[in-house]
Amino acid sequence: MAATDTSAAAAAHALADARTRAVDFMARRHHFGVAEALPWLLAIAAFFLFPDRMAFGSQVLLMVLFALSLDLILGFAGIVSLGHAAFFGLGAYTAALLTLRGGWEEQISGLFAAAAVAAVAGAATGWLLLRYRGLTLLVLTLSTAIMLQELGNVLRDLTGGYDGLPGLIFKPLLGAFDYDLFGHVAYLYALAVLFVLFMVVRMIVYSPFGQTLAGIRENVARMHAIGSPVHLRLVAVYTIAAAIAGVAGALFTQTNQYVTLGVFDFDNSAGVMVMLILGGTGRLYGAFVGAVIYMVLQDYISKLKLTVWGLAVDGPQYWQFGVGLLLVLTVLFARRGLLGLIEDAGRLVMRERRP
Amino acid sequence: MANIIVSVLFQGLAYAMFLFIVSVGLSVTMGLMGFVNLAHGAFAMAGGYLVLTAMRVWEVPFFLALLLTFLIVGAASVVFERVFYARLYKATELDQVLLTIGLTFMAIATYTWLYGPRPQTIQLPDYLTGQIDVASRTFPTYRVFVIMVGGILTAVLWYAFERTNIGAKIRAAVDNRRMAQSIGIDVDRLFTLTFAVGSGLAALGGGLAIELFGLTPSFAVLYLVFFLLVVACGGLGSLKGTLAAALLLGICDTAGKYIYASAGGFFIYAVAILILLIKPAGLYGRD
Repeated sequence: MAATDTSAAAAAHALADARTRAVDFMARRHHFGVAEALPWLLAIAAFFLFPDRMAFGSQVLLMVLFALSLDLILGFAGIVSLGHAAFFGLGAYTAALLTLRGGWEEQISGLFAAAAVAAVAGAATGWLLLRYRGLTLLVLTLSTAIMLQELGNVLRDLTGGYDGLPGLIFKPLLGAFDYDLFGHVAYLYALAVLFVLFMVVRMIVYSPFGQTLAGIRENVARMHAIGSPVHLRLVAVYTIAAAIAGVAGALFTQTNQYVTLGVFDFDNSAGVMVMLILGGTGRLYGAFVGAVIYMVLQDYISKLKLTVWGLAVDGPQYWQFGVGLLLVLTVLFARRGLLGLIEDAGRLVMRERRP
Repeated sequence: MANIIVSVLFQGLAYAMFLFIVSVGLSVTMGLMGFVNLAHGAFAMAGGYLVLTAMRVWEVPFFLALLLTFLIVGAASVVFERVFYARLYKATELDQVLLTIGLTFMAIATYTWLYGPRPQTIQLPDYLTGQIDVASRTFPTYRVFVIMVGGILTAVLWYAFERTNIGAKIRAAVDNRRMAQSIGIDVDRLFTLTFAVGSGLAALGGGLAIELFGLTPSFAVLYLVFFLLVVACGGLGSLKGTLAAALLLGICDTAGKYIYASAGGFFIYAVAILILLIKPAGLYGRD
């Protein structure tokens, strides 16, 4: 009798303890950790360390933003899309056509316009497509991006077709800062936009809305059973992700001052997915790690000239093989991405800390 | 007018047969295991280059080159299936997509390294070039040949699927894999077999496509979209569905390009999306 009492008391105590820990976790997990400042400090450090590579740096940052938007739907809501470049491309062309055909050269309002157009497209296609799953959804998202590309080609008087629209003109940022040859302004502009949108995404992810998304990802049937409006939630997050991808696309157009139909390519949709997978999905900073590593490796390897077994290899081919290999290895051995690997390694070292 | 209709139907039929030959394997393997294999286009591309090498380097006649390609790529695909695919049968669709995109990228890079990025052509035997006159109309001989190959393969596959023991097992496993396993059908081995045949057929299709579209390493991705469209629109694991979807999409695409040339490939996507919105599991798929 006494023995059962003590064990019952111990069990109750353990339960209370676990409950406190869980509440503690839920209450604190959205607090900023010290480590979270690191990527931003590194981004600012890069500005001073590589002053002549800032044009490239701005491209890295906008790809981080693009990957972040994909993380929202892939990592948090579990929607597998092979056509996310559709929204990047829509944003890019919105920014381009505003200045070229509309004479609207102000850039920050251009970002808002791009976000709006991409969001409308995201809401419309999301409402239609997100009721499907599996192969059907893959094919439909892939087709959406390619259809937009074909549409751009049909309207080549407006969009310039596959030759694209070079030499776009924009007003200086905030009326004062014009793009310089080294891309300093472009870099800081991209960093500021990324920071603002990152905080927005972070807020969304830790909100109750973000929790329902995780619920849908983990167990759709149960979310239906507890009465969550699953389709509505998915369409909402798809729309938000589309808007952010649109902003990334608009940044691409503005910082490069040109755009081509290549932005709709399957390679673009697949590339951003690879970045996210490399870094790790569903963890916000995976987009950072993945996009930076992908872009830097691509930049480095694509410039190489190599000879393998007597046959010349161009850098881009070498890079393409490398990406493929990285993907295969990640899927087979490091499913949670680089951040996941680091986490696992950390856990191995710190094993003694918690039973 | 009648000329245009006949011409569109003829061209569309040749294109549809190519789509069917390549897609049918993808459809059956996806129906069996639910494995999303985006590397299927890479097997077709590999087949094209193997036909090219067989004819140029080994100086094998065209027919024999096609047969060799079917056998070699089919056998080689088993290695891929055992080493890579078998590990991911129970994995998520995302993992399968990523793995097969990775394999496709590696294949494209490897073939660009080996053969260069420029389009390649082959020297067809004389009896396959030129025109055939039928009822005061002329048809390109090669396209007639492709349609004939497609027709024969359809008949063979139909027989294998509907009239043989293995075909019955495949149909049973597509309908209900667990039930089929519990009555003693070795679905894993069945899958390996269909994967090999499907990849071999894809390679054969790639060989046939050299003359129709030219061959570049990017073939693996360029036409993959169409194969996926055919499979999704037809319904997974359905021979009839794949054939119907290939015919519908092939002919619609050709007709669209005739009617409104500048709209290019727009029609095939519009038709496919429409089909999928109405019938998400495909024409002959099961919900």
